[in-house]
Amino acid sequence: MTNKIQWEFPQALEDEAIYILRETAAQFERPAILFSGGKDSITIVRLAQKAFYPGKVPFPLLHIDTGHNFPETIQFRDWLVESLGLDLIVRNVQDSIDQGKVQEETGKYASRNALQTVTLLDAIEELKFDACIGGARRDEEKARAKERIFSVRDEFGQWNAKMQRPELFDMLNGKIHLGENVRVFPISNWTELDVWNYIRRENLQIPSIYFSHEREIIERDGMYWPYSPFLNTTEEEVPFRQKVRFRTVGDMTCTAAVISEADKLEDIIGEILEAKISERGARIDDKRSEAAMEKRKQAGYF
Amino acid sequence: MEVLRITTSGSVDDGKSTLIGRLLYDTHSIPQDKMEALHAASKRKGLDFTDLSLLTDGLVAEREQGITIDVAHIYFSTPTRKYIIADTPGHIEYTRNMVTGASNAQVSLILIDARKGIVEQTYRHFFIASLLRIPYLVVCVNKMDLVEYSEARFNQIVEEFQALIASATFKAPSIKFIPISSLYGENVAARSEKISWYNGDSLLEYLEQITFDHADNSHPSRFKVQSVIRPKTEAYHDFRGFAGKVVSGHFNVGDEIISLPSQQKSKIKTIEQFETPLTTAEARQSVVITLEDEIDTSRGSMFSKPENAPALLREISAQVCWMDQQKLVPGKAYLLQHGINRVKAKVQVIQYVIDVTSNKILEDKKELGLNDIGKITLKTAQPVFADSYDTNPANGAFILIDEFSNSTVAVGFVD
Repeated sequence: MTNKIQWEFPQALEDEAIYILRETAAQFERPAILFSGGKDSITIVRLAQKAFYPGKVPFPLLHIDTGHNFPETIQFRDWLVESLGLDLIVRNVQDSIDQGKVQEETGKYASRNALQTVTLLDAIEELKFDACIGGARRDEEKARAKERIFSVRDEFGQWNAKMQRPELFDMLNGKIHLGENVRVFPISNWTELDVWNYIRRENLQIPSIYFSHEREIIERDGMYWPYSPFLNTTEEEVPFRQKVRFRTVGDMTCTAAVISEADKLEDIIGEILEAKISERGARIDDKRSEAAMEKRKQAGYF
Repeated sequence: MEVLRITTSGSVDDGKSTLIGRLLYDTHSIPQDKMEALHAASKRKGLDFTDLSLLTDGLVAEREQGITIDVAHIYFSTPTRKYIIADTPGHIEYTRNMVTGASNAQVSLILIDARKGIVEQTYRHFFIASLLRIPYLVVCVNKMDLVEYSEARFNQIVEEFQALIASATFKAPSIKFIPISSLYGENVAARSEKISWYNGDSLLEYLEQITFDHADNSHPSRFKVQSVIRPKTEAYHDFRGFAGKVVSGHFNVGDEIISLPSQQKSKIKTIEQFETPLTTAEARQSVVITLEDEIDTSRGSMFSKPENAPALLREISAQVCWMDQQKLVPGKAYLLQHGINRVKAKVQVIQYVIDVTSNKILEDKKELGLNDIGKITLKTAQPVFADSYDTNPANGAFILIDEFSNSTVAVGFVD
């Protein structure tokens, strides 16, 4: 499968994504990009830059900060915003906890991943965003495989898989009622490999944790968890140093590492081509049950 | 690298999900952890084999009912190209999803259960593939293992299908019949040894060879303006670029264009793709065009060449597929969206409804409900710059939006 042709990025995907972003800017009053600092949202930022060039990116970035992010991601986020002259809005899960809207999970699997949905929905309401652009891809997960490009959410941010609007040809219907909002997924049709090939073609900078580096990890349930003050560990779980990298960037309590020596994009792409574990296989938050993603989506997750 | 888009349709239980699972399996597209999840899920269901169909039946309700109820998109790549499959439901209530899945496809894959032969759904699928003018039609006669890989049975089904094709108004330029067993992978990726009487390509071999018909490039040139870019910065003080998508045909720097609806003319000064200047822009490309003159153009305008500009239609006759629970209400104002433009439109008359399973016109039926296909006449408040779907599909379709529910209630194909 390591055929040379695989290294080529399908240009049709960029054209499609740019078309979608331009429609988003035109059809909505207050669209925003949901920015996590991960490779998919970095790709979205690049596409937005290209779609409106030489004009400015017409969307602010909204980052829902769990407080448990990798420091490298936050550093990168601030650098990107600065270098491209973007507007950044940050809302904190800690504030939702302090307001008593959500409760911190307990136990060794405690994570703020589920809590951020509440912070996100509050931010959407507060800032009156009518469209939120996300980097979700249909190939990531089977519930996401059914997502529309313009996905309507009700006042409670809920996704109703059975009530989705048909999307025909390239005609996007972004008409909504007051209080509703739309999640926009411009890279719906991209795969993980497409994203990496695009990052390589466009020569994009990405957070350093995507590349092989030495860090303290623990082993739990056959996965390597990054050791941090946010992770509740048992006595048997002794941290050790290991060369690893991350295939996705969530926060430090829900993203598992893979052992890897890949420190260049070429090597990462090579790894993916031969990968035996799918991308979301390294996401602890999906392992909770077979329908974990669908349930979170219905509740208004990204 | 090219992208080939395929739509699949079939009836309940004809093995469509298994076929897709098989394609993924045979192209090594199922990662180990998903494979393990499949083993576990199959075991829980009490199956003694790994049910590959579980891979695409994504939603909880579907897993419970064992049927596919929405369009799912599946991706895989071979060294030749990237494939996108729109897996659409085969049963009658969800025909709208079938049309949706088919709307972006270059290949329509129809499955027939070798034991059952052509059934009512087959007619429906074929009708939709024809209605949408999908250029490549692949008919897979599946479950050949259950008819002892019988050549006679296969030929019988092919013959029946040929009769169906003969009765259609549109004939796909390329039609291919393949005997397969998706459960055992016969003729899916690799050629079957069990079906020795068949000497043609396996399904994947055939898909790999499909040559891309760049017909859109030879169709009349159409460019839809999505937004006007005016940075008003020091460096781009006088810049006025038209960001949009080439719908069909192509545009070169220096070409004379006419902008609709203002009907003013100018010449293309530059075509830009981010920082890269281009000399030509082709169908489906997203670019920014600047013009020599300041002419009246804004979001929703369409550029074409002056010699073959589209007509400005105020009355449209079209085939429509109705997609909403609420029936079409003649005389009610809907929003007609053609490309990115929305105009108010009223249905003047329902000319007729077609029975898609017999291809017969139902003279007496004068209403269009969910999953019905028929012909209507519309009147629009502003002109629509559409071509007939037959001559230029990329500029010949529209959707209808209900102004109260905001739902997309129909898709139409201009006569």
